[in-house]
Amino acid sequence: MGEFLKIAKGLAHLLMEAARDLLPIVLVIAFFQAVVIRQPFPNLTEILVGTMLVILGLAFFVRGLEMGLFPLGESMAQAFARKGSVMWLMVFAFALGFGTTVAEPALIAVAAEASKTVAEGGLIASDEEALDDYAYGLRMTVALSVGFAIVIGVLRIIKGWPIQWVIIAGYMGVVVLTFFAPPEIVGIAYDSGGVTTSTITVPLVTALGVGLATSIRGRNPMTDGFGLIAFASLTPMMFVMIYGMVY
Amino acid sequence: MADLLMHILMTGWATVFDVVPIAAILMFFQVVVIRKVPPNPKRIAVGFLYVLIGLTLFLVGLEMALFPVGDTMASQLTDPAFIGGDALKGMVNWTDYTWVYIFAAAIGFATTVAEPSLIAVAIKAEQISGGAIKAWGLRIAVAIGVAVGVSLGAYRIVSGTPLHWYIIAGYVVVIIQTIWASKFIVALAYDSGGVTTSTVTVPVVTALGLGLASTIPGRSPLLDGFGLIAFASLFPIMAVLAYSKLAEWVQAREHKKAQEGEKETNP
Repeated sequence: MGEFLKIAKGLAHLLMEAARDLLPIVLVIAFFQAVVIRQPFPNLTEILVGTMLVILGLAFFVRGLEMGLFPLGESMAQAFARKGSVMWLMVFAFALGFGTTVAEPALIAVAAEASKTVAEGGLIASDEEALDDYAYGLRMTVALSVGFAIVIGVLRIIKGWPIQWVIIAGYMGVVVLTFFAPPEIVGIAYDSGGVTTSTITVPLVTALGVGLATSIRGRNPMTDGFGLIAFASLTPMMFVMIYGMVY
Repeated sequence: MADLLMHILMTGWATVFDVVPIAAILMFFQVVVIRKVPPNPKRIAVGFLYVLIGLTLFLVGLEMALFPVGDTMASQLTDPAFIGGDALKGMVNWTDYTWVYIFAAAIGFATTVAEPSLIAVAIKAEQISGGAIKAWGLRIAVAIGVAVGVSLGAYRIVSGTPLHWYIIAGYVVVIIQTIWASKFIVALAYDSGGVTTSTVTVPVVTALGLGLASTIPGRSPLLDGFGLIAFASLFPIMAVLAYSKLAEWVQAREHKKAQEGEKETNP
């Protein structure tokens, strides 16, 4: 009975937190509907049921994060650090970055959108095959760039390079490429940095970085452990612009 | 009800497919390279199941409650009939779009607070920093960054100014802030740029960008609709660096006050 009470209490706490996280969205929409647009809510029941589902889903996600994704990411990082094989760690880093990005639904949507933009700009033919080819190539490019980013990021943790130099170099790369890339691709390239990091990838990659920085002597999990996501949102910008230049 | 169950099952199936490649990679390295069972394998499996269930319910709920409303509101707020002023005559006057900027900021803030990837990074940051960084404070700072970013991005679409100048200016600011920032926060600040734009924020913000670009005369939704996500991933970096500076400053002031207080009581 005591065990059951504890679980119920934990669940109630998670649900409360999830409700708090969602409150701003509800307030913003209610305010704009009532005060600015001055129209009643369409399908109020659907919105209420949907909101309940979102709260429940968020509570489950956070619980699962602490039970599954974080411990696994960290235990794998420690196992790799103990094994001491940099080569395998790099292969793992690449596979994780590439594998989690290539099937990302947001990326598939953006790539399809991008091929239309480029076709409208007259850079490629606008028949279906050309569009699909372009979108596929773009997806592979972004996935490769994220794999590359995690490899560089892990190498940085091992070597202890200060993150700001790598990031500043990346910024310079982005700026220089901006002036050489076709203008149609620049907006897409900038946005592609944001869409690559999915909800399952982020906790895993964060746990990997923090776990590595904790296991390697002389590294600080706070200054060295974070930063993998930052690389994963920077490299796609450069790779997509290069793709736009060479395609 | 049956429709809802069907929708949940379909979304669940799609989520499983998203997770399969990740699970396959993890399994492969666990079995072939590490060759050891991780501690508490059962707990980890249950955790994965929870993540699957959680994301599925989350997505179904968003598709029911938020995305349709977000789309409708974006098109209503950007409708020339609502904007009034010069928009009715087919001209663009950026001052007519005040409600759009306010909506952009408000919805950017609100969706970021509910963003699951940001919750994950914030939890980890609080654990690792031993509570020096508060998960909630970090999330609010990031959300403020997104609010400013999306709002400025909306202004950019309305005014039709080139995207890259804003981004380059943003980079310069980030670099200057980095020089002054404590080393402790820099990596986390850079990370917070990438995690803000995910499941909740991207669809809503994209709808707003497309709504703006397709109703403003002279803008093409394909060419000008992009860019809001880039703003939303750049500004949180500045916001987090600023937040840490502010927290440092407040702490130093309190410390000084406490010291002065001590002096007064023990002269």
